[in-house]
Amino acid sequence: MKPNDLPLHGVGAALQRKEDERFLHGRGQYVADIRLPGLLDVAFVRSPLAHGRLGAITKPAGFEDAVYTMDDLVGVRPIRAVSGLPGFKPSDQWPLARGKVRQVGETIAMCVAASRALAEDLAEQVQVEIEALPAVVDMLAARGLAPAALVHDDWGDNVFLHTHVRGDLAAIKASAPIQVRRHIRTARQSMAPMEGRGVVCQWDSRLDQLVMHTAAQMPHINRAGLSECLGIDQGRIRVIAPDVGGGFGYKGILLPEEICLAWLAMKLQRPVRWIEDRGEQLTANANCREHDYDITLYAESDGRLLAVDCDATVDSGAYSSYPFSACLEAAQVGSILPGPYKMAAYDCRTWSVATNKPPILPYRGVARTGVCFAIELMMDAVARAAGITPQAVRLANLVQPQEMPYDNITGKHFDSGDYPQALNRAVEALDLPKWRARQAAGNEPHIRIGVGHSIYCEQAAHGTSIYHGWGIPMVPGYEACHARLTPDGVLELRIGAHSHGQGMETTLAQVANSVLGIDEQRVRLVHGDTAMSPYSTGTWGSRCAVMSGGAVAAACQALLERVQAIAAALLNAPAATLRAVDGGLTDPASGRRVTLAEVAHAWYRQPQRMPADVHPAGLEVTAGYKAQRDTGTFSYAAHACAVAVDTELGTVQILDYVICEDGGVLLNPLIADGQVLGGLAQGIGSALYEEMPFDADGQPLAPTLADYLLPGATEVPMARLDHMETPSPYTAFGQKGIGEGGAIAPPAAIVNAINDALAALGVEITECPASPRRILQALQRARAARAGLAQAAVSA
Amino acid sequence: MKAAPFAYDACDSTTQALALLQPRAGDADDALLLPCSGTQSLGPMLNLRLSRPARLVDLSRIPALNAVTRQGGRLRIGAAVTHARIEDGDAAGVPDVTRGLLPQVAAHIAYRAVRNRGTVGGSLAHGDPAGDWVSVMTLLDAQLLIAGPSGERRVASSGFYAGPYTTALQAGEILAAVEVPVFSDRARWAYRKLCRKPGELADAIAGLWFDPALGVARAVLGAPDGMPHTVSGEAAVQALRDPVAVGLQLDALHITDPVQRGWHQAMLRRAWLDIDTASP
Repeated sequence: MKPNDLPLHGVGAALQRKEDERFLHGRGQYVADIRLPGLLDVAFVRSPLAHGRLGAITKPAGFEDAVYTMDDLVGVRPIRAVSGLPGFKPSDQWPLARGKVRQVGETIAMCVAASRALAEDLAEQVQVEIEALPAVVDMLAARGLAPAALVHDDWGDNVFLHTHVRGDLAAIKASAPIQVRRHIRTARQSMAPMEGRGVVCQWDSRLDQLVMHTAAQMPHINRAGLSECLGIDQGRIRVIAPDVGGGFGYKGILLPEEICLAWLAMKLQRPVRWIEDRGEQLTANANCREHDYDITLYAESDGRLLAVDCDATVDSGAYSSYPFSACLEAAQVGSILPGPYKMAAYDCRTWSVATNKPPILPYRGVARTGVCFAIELMMDAVARAAGITPQAVRLANLVQPQEMPYDNITGKHFDSGDYPQALNRAVEALDLPKWRARQAAGNEPHIRIGVGHSIYCEQAAHGTSIYHGWGIPMVPGYEACHARLTPDGVLELRIGAHSHGQGMETTLAQVANSVLGIDEQRVRLVHGDTAMSPYSTGTWGSRCAVMSGGAVAAACQALLERVQAIAAALLNAPAATLRAVDGGLTDPASGRRVTLAEVAHAWYRQPQRMPADVHPAGLEVTAGYKAQRDTGTFSYAAHACAVAVDTELGTVQILDYVICEDGGVLLNPLIADGQVLGGLAQGIGSALYEEMPFDADGQPLAPTLADYLLPGATEVPMARLDHMETPSPYTAFGQKGIGEGGAIAPPAAIVNAINDALAALGVEITECPASPRRILQALQRARAARAGLAQAAVSA
Repeated sequence: MKAAPFAYDACDSTTQALALLQPRAGDADDALLLPCSGTQSLGPMLNLRLSRPARLVDLSRIPALNAVTRQGGRLRIGAAVTHARIEDGDAAGVPDVTRGLLPQVAAHIAYRAVRNRGTVGGSLAHGDPAGDWVSVMTLLDAQLLIAGPSGERRVASSGFYAGPYTTALQAGEILAAVEVPVFSDRARWAYRKLCRKPGELADAIAGLWFDPALGVARAVLGAPDGMPHTVSGEAAVQALRDPVAVGLQLDALHITDPVQRGWHQAMLRRAWLDIDTASP
């Protein structure tokens, strides 16, 4: 759609983000900006070892009251994120280590002082005895394929959860003309929002309440978790997430540090602060993405899929994080590995295994980035085996638009869309013939050109019917919004979700405009504070456009009826005929009009003008929302790119990148583009740069941003975006969740392009990131194999 | 991630800096007294508590150390001159006497914010083999001028490094300046480095410098795990056109990793390409 075809207000308008005014002028307020009188700083003593038995902890003499261990935190309970899935083994994550340490960076003691530097001085004087134990580092060994120590001594093995999605593949295995099997891996990553975690906490003696400012995506969930661990009721806890500098899942957990700081604020009766530094972010707190697939695809000789068979393992790290648990990622692999494709049979075994590494969290895209990498590399492998193009193999297997809505082999209900069209549009926009010609010309020595595609569909905003089965500490139900007109006609919207890059201060104002006709600039979003907003599971799973958007629409609709009733009395016209446009109510019969400000003024300041049957609750409503069908929206996108691989250096340059995305009706196309492009940058990180390796002792090897490479301005190309718009049949405006999509497809598209470039050299990369070293090693192996073959031919 | 406590003195003169670098009454026996300048390498090491000086003596404001002077066939560049000034050349009072080599190298060090603070002397004294100036000054056989309590001494870059992060600087001394040769009109050079992203430290560096008027032919292989390796003399350098000869050099440097060897070979091959295609 061209920009000049877009509406200027309401759903679908490409409004610039309201919140950017403060962000771009440096007026945002993050946790680290908060100053409270008498604030003390906290530094943690963290485990230098990945696995060990904890011995004596000796506090520096004279500082016994400034250093705290788990023994001091009497009555505090461990974080315990369970799952109701059968066979799940829960872990106890103590806020400060007890008995054993299970990862480098695990919190052992808490030191408090007048400044962070002084607290760190104290921390290095704490003496900790740890008897080293062998570290469990390799997930396949942890699964039982090789000897390994026990991360949790009483488990008997290292498996949080094993799942099995069963299918009958016997006949297909015996007869399928194409059978391709690969071992595919995605590296462990460290989510790296610009702002790390941080906590400022104080005890309010007047309200008898703990007040915690924390960089979090889900303040109500943090409150619930704090209550469970501290043993105080939720009413005595207020959690505030102020401006938050990127979440991506990294801020979707309850932290041991949050529990420690809460306890400390109550103990000292003084405000305390801990701001995560980059070293803690990279090495101590949650990681993501580490998957391993032993996967086989069975197909007809023309490339039509018959079956997928897979052993999938996820390295879940040492503990089950609250609230998503250690099983979400692997179990999700089992349910979404088929992607947007049709097949006759499917069998997938998954393992969530415990290792001596930080817990993994669902990162933007959750399991989909790994799953898309696995299935899309395999589709290319099938195409090569069948002698057809990557585009053709996908077109032969994608769910077709006339089949929508479609229930796939794992029971996922694809709501709407035209997947083949998205793929065709992306490939066409890339101009395949141009790249094939350049590829064939081979003008530059050591440079090989390749083209790659990937496509996915993404379940978003799924609710109770999906989540209750997981049995984790949090199940989304109805989403609520409280809407209030102030006496001068400003609309206040209160929601329990949080906006930390999603632009909800703008998009939800647009939703309000579409219902109430109010100017977006006269809408204020109040959020991120448990004291001022209705309960919500928060911002995750690309759910807010659908769920918060739906709740705002419902609340505004209810408010509209109240406004219409009052306006009807003021205009002496029938309420139902009044139209809400341009910040007021218009009577189409007379052309007379009354503004929202006049309606509000009348209700609050001139109650004598109200009709006898006016709704006594006036201009405040709370409404709840659930999609007509809560199995989720399925947005989707096709990515297509061209790359140049330098076969001497192993480097990859992205020459062109095209995305065709369908997010249903876009609340704000500009913000949707921003979401897609931001996700793309992170996907490029997964594809080519980001990796948190560990040595055999479980030591993290990328502890600084000089070692952990993030894509920057020079690594992210100007992608070209194309939008389709297939409404979801189940949501308020036909919108779908798309917040995570951009990060899902790039590793598959880019590595498929690399493999296309290097296919003639006998190279197939099946691991990401596709670093220069990995590419050169693959080239060297292929060269050795060719030499070996030549040698064998000579000998024969 | 905060530095351990240290004292800090900013100085106005080399004399004052040298005095402040002398142990004082009250200093512990093992007190580390460190000069500093742009702190682009030292800063992170302080914050990671990998470096724990008792006192930092800041040289960055000393006028003499910010001076650039031409002395016959050599250009003396004060140790506190920033990468950004070298990048900016004449406009920043750093005349380019190397037919573009120094400005171009400077322009590709990290990114501008780092170059605005980081200094040539700091980089050389730090002695990270992946840093550009270490390889470039070795290629140019630059002279390092060291100021100490008993005056200034001069060390050739070939004798300055005992190994990574290990220099000829003694306690109480500072690096005052580096002297580079003024290239003739007939000089040709090439400089290639490989890094994962612009701004990252190098994985491999190759440099070539020929100046018939000065009778110079030199090559450098840099950024391996050890210090840069130089080859000099027309015949020996020309021999490095042959990958087999380069391989022998890499053997001698104990670079056995096939990937690293490939990177060095590629950088040197591309440096030759630059030399051969450069206008004479």
